[in-house]
Amino acid sequence: MPERERLYRAEGIVLSRRDFGEADRLLTVFTREYGKLEQIAKGVRRPSSRKAGHLELFTRVQLLAARGRELDVITQVEAIETYPHLSKDLQLVGQASYILELVKLFTVHGEVNREIYRLLVETLARLNSGDPPSKATRYFELRLLELSGYRPELFHCGQCQSEIRPEAQFFSYIDGGVLCPNCGREQRGVRPITLAALKVMRHYQRNPFSTASTARIQLQVHQELDHLMEGFFIFLTEHKLNSPRFLRRINQNTVTVIEEDKIA
Amino acid sequence: MRSAAPKPVERLIEAFARLPGIGPKTASRLTYFLLRAPEGESLELAEALQEMRTHTRFCSLCFNITSNDADPCLICSDAGRDSSKICLVEEPLDVLALERTGEYSGHYHVLHGALSPIDGIGPDDLRIAELMGRLQDGEIQELIIATNPTLEGEATAMYIKQSMEGSEVRITRLARGLPSGGDLEYADITTLSQALRGRSEI
Ligand SMILES: [Zn+2]
Ligand SMILES: [Zn+2]
Repeated sequence: MPERERLYRAEGIVLSRRDFGEADRLLTVFTREYGKLEQIAKGVRRPSSRKAGHLELFTRVQLLAARGRELDVITQVEAIETYPHLSKDLQLVGQASYILELVKLFTVHGEVNREIYRLLVETLARLNSGDPPSKATRYFELRLLELSGYRPELFHCGQCQSEIRPEAQFFSYIDGGVLCPNCGREQRGVRPITLAALKVMRHYQRNPFSTASTARIQLQVHQELDHLMEGFFIFLTEHKLNSPRFLRRINQNTVTVIEEDKIA
Repeated sequence: MRSAAPKPVERLIEAFARLPGIGPKTASRLTYFLLRAPEGESLELAEALQEMRTHTRFCSLCFNITSNDADPCLICSDAGRDSSKICLVEEPLDVLALERTGEYSGHYHVLHGALSPIDGIGPDDLRIAELMGRLQDGEIQELIIATNPTLEGEATAMYIKQSMEGSEVRITRLARGLPSGGDLEYADITTLSQALRGRSEI
């Protein structure tokens, strides 16, 4: 193959990286042009490497890579956007990690998905801009589900199809949405969902972020949705999620104000 | 993968190939080198490996690697060292790198990793509680955080600082001379010495 066909240029976000070989790192990069790719960055653990700083997590990069037999090798890289606030706050480190973890689980190697890519870039920017992290995350979760073909059904019961009335319901992971109190009571493996939480989900599902984020949400509703969503993602991906556990752990003994919206 | 090598040879190749920095080619080369070398070479290696496993442990103070008959380790028990300072590092290899600079004469504490939400590494997976215990005895005046200048290293530094809120101990971080993304253990002596000397309060 001629040299110039082996090289390709792409824009991407590093989803994860691990040490490899003597001083290399193996990266999973979600690129706009080629989807999720495994790439190797040689020598980046040496402080003299000029690539290292550009290949950190939470960085949007422009890269040049060479196709290899097994792994593509990153030959040049330049950071386009670094989202500096994400690495300065443990809460944000955890939230942004959660976003990356989900994107990694919901994307397929080598499959282009520009909409999920755009959602990822927007979400990192929102987290970085000081928007309440829980709102940016909530919006991301519902959009990711929709873009991946798992849009939760929030208006009709997943079993009897009757219209959902404004009352406490059940959420069924298997049916991918709400069940009316009648059907939900009988069902195993479903979890209750409060009317307030259901309203938040509907609101976020139907509106763009600018509108969705104006609603005030009680902390306990966010916490209910944290658990519900984590369970749903674990069910869908058959993977446990590390970042929510990390967030719970660091919030145990640090007295940080997590949520700006305390009042409903 | 098909292989023409006999089982015992293949087993050694596979064992080498699991080591960091060694690919299948190097693993084969090492194996065939040992096959051709005098028997003593192999026995010496086997013995060294076994001794490394059975005669070492973590120092009960700093969690660096030490030999079974030296706990606390040689650094912790060295009366000539400055016991008012602890330098916090991710890995035992970082202690070696810092010792090479000859710039530091205090004590160490090895975390055995760094916080990483994505990899599921939380505070309980590191030697953080043990560090907090050491900091409480009043002898320590400065904690030098020398975790790697990576996202994980910085997150760990942030967490330690938060956990020490209200403590009298002065917390410093290695100077910015170390470019971000790299590993401490690969820093050259000059850069590392400068980073140590130029450390500042966080
Ligand atoms: Zn029903
Ligand atoms: Zn020791």
